[in-house]
Amino acid sequence: MSSPEVHHEEGNHPGPAQYVRIAVILFVITIIEVAIYYIEPLQGVLVPMLIVFSLLKFVLVVLWFMHLRFDTRVFTWVFVSGILLTLSVFAVVLLTFFLQGGAAPSPPGLGG
Amino acid sequence: MSAAHAAHGAPEPHTSTGVDNVKMAMWTFLGSECLFFGSLISTYLLYHDTTGSGPTSADVYDIPFTSISSFVLLMSSLTMVLALSSIQQGNPRAMRIWLTATAFLGLTFVGGQIFEFTTFVEEGLTLQTSPFSSAFFVLTGFHGAHVTIGVLMLLGVVAMSSFGRLGPDSARPVEMVGLYWHFVDVVWIVIFTVVYLIP
Amino acid sequence: MATAAAGTDRRYFARPTAKTGWWAWMTTVDHKKIGILYGFTSFVFFIIGGIQALIMRSQLATPDGEVVSAAMYNQLFTMHGLTMIFLVVMPMGTALINFLLPLMIGARDVAFPRLNAFSYWVFLLGGLFLYSSFILGGAADGGWFGYAPLNRELPGNGMTYYSLGLQILGIASLAGAVNFIVTILNMRAPGMTLMRMPVFVWMTLVVSFLLLFALPVIGVALWQLMFDRLFGTSFYDPGAGGDPLLWQHLFWLFGHPEVYIMILPAMGIVSEVLPAFARKPLFGYPAIVFAGAAIAFMGWGVWAHHMFAAGLGPVANSAFALSTMLIAVPTGVKIFNWIGTIWGGAVRLTTAFLFAAGFVSMFIIGGLSGVTHSIVPHDAQQTDTYYVVGHLHYVLFGGSIFGLFAGLYYWWPKFFGRLLNERIGKLHFWMMIIGFNLTFGPFHVLGLLGMQRRVYRYAPGLGFDMWNMLATIGAFTIALSIVVFLVNAVLTARRGEQAGADPWDARTIEWMIPSPPPEHNFDEIPVIRHRDDWWHRKYITDPKGTPAPVIAGGADAREIPADERDNATASEDEQAHGIHLPSPSYYPLVTAVGLPMAGYGILYQPLLLAAGFLIVLVGAFGWVLEPPAEPARRDRRTGAEPA
Repeated sequence: MSSPEVHHEEGNHPGPAQYVRIAVILFVITIIEVAIYYIEPLQGVLVPMLIVFSLLKFVLVVLWFMHLRFDTRVFTWVFVSGILLTLSVFAVVLLTFFLQGGAAPSPPGLGG
Repeated sequence: MSAAHAAHGAPEPHTSTGVDNVKMAMWTFLGSECLFFGSLISTYLLYHDTTGSGPTSADVYDIPFTSISSFVLLMSSLTMVLALSSIQQGNPRAMRIWLTATAFLGLTFVGGQIFEFTTFVEEGLTLQTSPFSSAFFVLTGFHGAHVTIGVLMLLGVVAMSSFGRLGPDSARPVEMVGLYWHFVDVVWIVIFTVVYLIP
Repeated sequence: MATAAAGTDRRYFARPTAKTGWWAWMTTVDHKKIGILYGFTSFVFFIIGGIQALIMRSQLATPDGEVVSAAMYNQLFTMHGLTMIFLVVMPMGTALINFLLPLMIGARDVAFPRLNAFSYWVFLLGGLFLYSSFILGGAADGGWFGYAPLNRELPGNGMTYYSLGLQILGIASLAGAVNFIVTILNMRAPGMTLMRMPVFVWMTLVVSFLLLFALPVIGVALWQLMFDRLFGTSFYDPGAGGDPLLWQHLFWLFGHPEVYIMILPAMGIVSEVLPAFARKPLFGYPAIVFAGAAIAFMGWGVWAHHMFAAGLGPVANSAFALSTMLIAVPTGVKIFNWIGTIWGGAVRLTTAFLFAAGFVSMFIIGGLSGVTHSIVPHDAQQTDTYYVVGHLHYVLFGGSIFGLFAGLYYWWPKFFGRLLNERIGKLHFWMMIIGFNLTFGPFHVLGLLGMQRRVYRYAPGLGFDMWNMLATIGAFTIALSIVVFLVNAVLTARRGEQAGADPWDARTIEWMIPSPPPEHNFDEIPVIRHRDDWWHRKYITDPKGTPAPVIAGGADAREIPADERDNATASEDEQAHGIHLPSPSYYPLVTAVGLPMAGYGILYQPLLLAAGFLIVLVGAFGWVLEPPAEPARRDRRTGAEPA
């Protein structure tokens, strides 16, 4: 049995109907993603559109299904710092490879 | 699930932030997992064109099939959240049904992955073929392993609930498994886009 | 033990209840016992790592040394590094954190006591697993940093033990990090706001976040290495198109935060010890806290300074050189604040204080050589020479180890109820600091003269001979000083001066309770009103700032103000139900055993891998089904036995 005070920190609680609605949106977005993958004229904007759509799905699941929108900010900070850190450091890592000229076989570094 | 008082079935013990210990721990762990999958995805991005003499992604990827797999996993997040909703409304039986559905969808996804992998192997893309294949299989393999562990946890909760062993606040373990499950789904959203869709 | 409340009442594998003896230690979930286990184990590894160093120093004492072969030397420097980092500095810090964290925030234990025990057992078993390689075909021999592609090509199982062993150890640390974060955020006593926490607790929080985010990265690198070695993947195989630089990036993305993981706890210790023995509050508490957080944050932006010679190019090199120089700033802030703490204080030159002051001075030297590394052309000469070895030992030994010893001398009476002997302690300190400088000072000279690191011998006539001999003499001096410390520990174990609760007239609340503390720590969880709350309970300051002892009844009235009344529910609940402590359990140990078993399974026998995995699964399920505490325990308050 869940006790009401356990969820006192969670204000606006979505119900099953809203969850189903979100699932439908996720489904539709996925269909669009796959569709534009095949639509030739859109190839130019394929990558940015895919990024935007997957971001949208990511946000929907995290904020609603994982309830992050309604929970304490502490969770958001912990999770978002993980994401931001990942994005920043690996952007730099991949950038250094790009500046060098890609993942070509190179002599092992001397490093220290 | 927190240290001392839960054994009594006492009311939720006070914590300095007002949030339950286990939930705090699960979110903290998920922050860590971002770095884990980030490292694997970055390795993949580095090697996605390093195909040696083996097949490339364009040669082997079956987007329609993987899209269906992705859809299955997305729907499992829905059943997961419906399971949590059920138990929060005091309906353990509905919860068990939804949890089992989630596990079933998860297993379907893993089954799809296994089928996809064996197809790739038949087409000449094995773990050892190239850095691309290494990165691909290890990334998706780890994700699949996470899904499998999730399925074990889901079925574990179903079993515990059936035997009345979930404890006084039975929504809590369901919520925790749910967080893990949704995270694994969210990682797949990223993988599907970055690995399969982006050329 | 049938009870009315929700207990497990197991007929099979009944829950352990031992309070003394071996079984009590193997099933303990008490943070204090776990801290002592960590401390003892890491000290044993310290001696082992030290012996490895002495063997290397014997080999290098003279040119063309013949004490050990090149192959053995490779294993020695690899295992010395792995041991000191993963099996000494990190777990010794964890030992202190374990014992002290709940005491410093006014809690009865950490958030997840069984997970805490699990971390210890995984650490012990992981360390033993790593060391078993010595008798199972040879230990890791690719350096602690295990660069690719050598790491995947080295024959034998050594580097596979490296990969698996570090992964196992990583699990222990990750679990600990989650545990401490939740403990610090969630289990502080009423009134203990974040800015009233001791700096040691702040550093623990920061370090835990560093571990949380850094461990997964090396985890991936190690998995990829293992797959390369065992399953033929080509992550790091240049012949197949793999890029060894990927390993370097992943490794140092972990490796650089790792050095802050090693130094920040010691900085936290020093921030506690100096105020106590200067009889002054820490100078600039908020600055020290923010500087610690800044170091951790900026520490993510400097990793490629370990790769200046790897050919990243001028743009990357310049960027990382700049970020590395910048990180000296918050470090400098801390150093000035420590000096400011001592300045004008009524200083007592206890051994703990000497080690803390030694930390500050030795760390300054190490930091300065570090800053010279940040200048890329300088680093091009210094890298892979003994100069770097000098730098790293000044910060890790002169820094971390000295800081840890300061903590040991300071908190020893709290842990064991007896003081270490001060005269022997000072002998230890002076021998150690002289030996230390004699050993590692010459390394800077050797490095600039061109002596390469990780090479098992050098030719005569290069100008290296005298410096190496001095360093070897210094190393044995250090070893002797450790013996002195051990003598101190043994002599005072039974005959040492009884400490009492507060032998140092210190500032923080762990000194409020008896030494050693009772199992439940505090009879009543204190309500915190100040930073250095214990000091404020003992003294009020007159208008000139001079502390005066509080007369019985004292400055702090005991009623709880309205805004803190909500926070007092914890103690009200205890008044109603009695103090409940988490109960012992053997699931942490059982679950932990599965991990090295799986490791051996991957190396030798798939059935063993399946068995290990199964044990982890069974252990985890048993753990989850078992409540954290059994209700029927002796009531702490009244001493009444259960029915």
